[in-house]
Amino acid sequence: MQICRVVGTVVSTKKNRKLEGAKLLLVQPLTLDGQPRGVALMAIDAVGAGVGERVLVVVEGKAAGDALGQKAAAVDAAVIGIVDTVDYRDDA
Amino acid sequence: MQLARVIGEVVSSMKDANLVGTLLVLQPIAASGAPAGRTLVALDSVGAGVGEHVFFVRGREAAYPFYPAEPPIDAAVIGIVDHWDLEDDARPEAK
Repeated sequence: MQICRVVGTVVSTKKNRKLEGAKLLLVQPLTLDGQPRGVALMAIDAVGAGVGERVLVVVEGKAAGDALGQKAAAVDAAVIGIVDTVDYRDDA
Repeated sequence: MQLARVIGEVVSSMKDANLVGTLLVLQPIAASGAPAGRTLVALDSVGAGVGEHVFFVRGREAAYPFYPAEPPIDAAVIGIVDHWDLEDDARPEAK
């Protein structure tokens, strides 16, 4: 999984039917110290996350489909948690 | 999934029998709308055309929209983007 920040939402009327009703978020991967890393990706929302929140994103198809509650759905990333805090040690 | 702009099409006459549909050339884009990363080819499942903003899925799941066919692909366009909204004031409209 990756820690990301929700930076936006995407609206799409014409999309794969298995995605109907799904909330589409733009999420920016972060380093552990909160700096943006790489390019924003899209993920379906499984937890009710909002713009600005730090979230846990799974980037794998099967897991993302499970989070969406759909079998054989054409998704490859899902927000599966809202991050309260991250504790880590540089020297661990 | 990732945002992209459709910048072209690939025509292929001699191809895998399951590879049916339009092959689109995509330029992935960042949230700002700027090009980000290498272009790729994806099979279309929603009727997207050149110039449109779309989003696409990578990996084995890319074949699911074409069920029961099982095209040997690693990327598929699964939605046409109406617009996207960012947390700051920037509000790019999909053209």
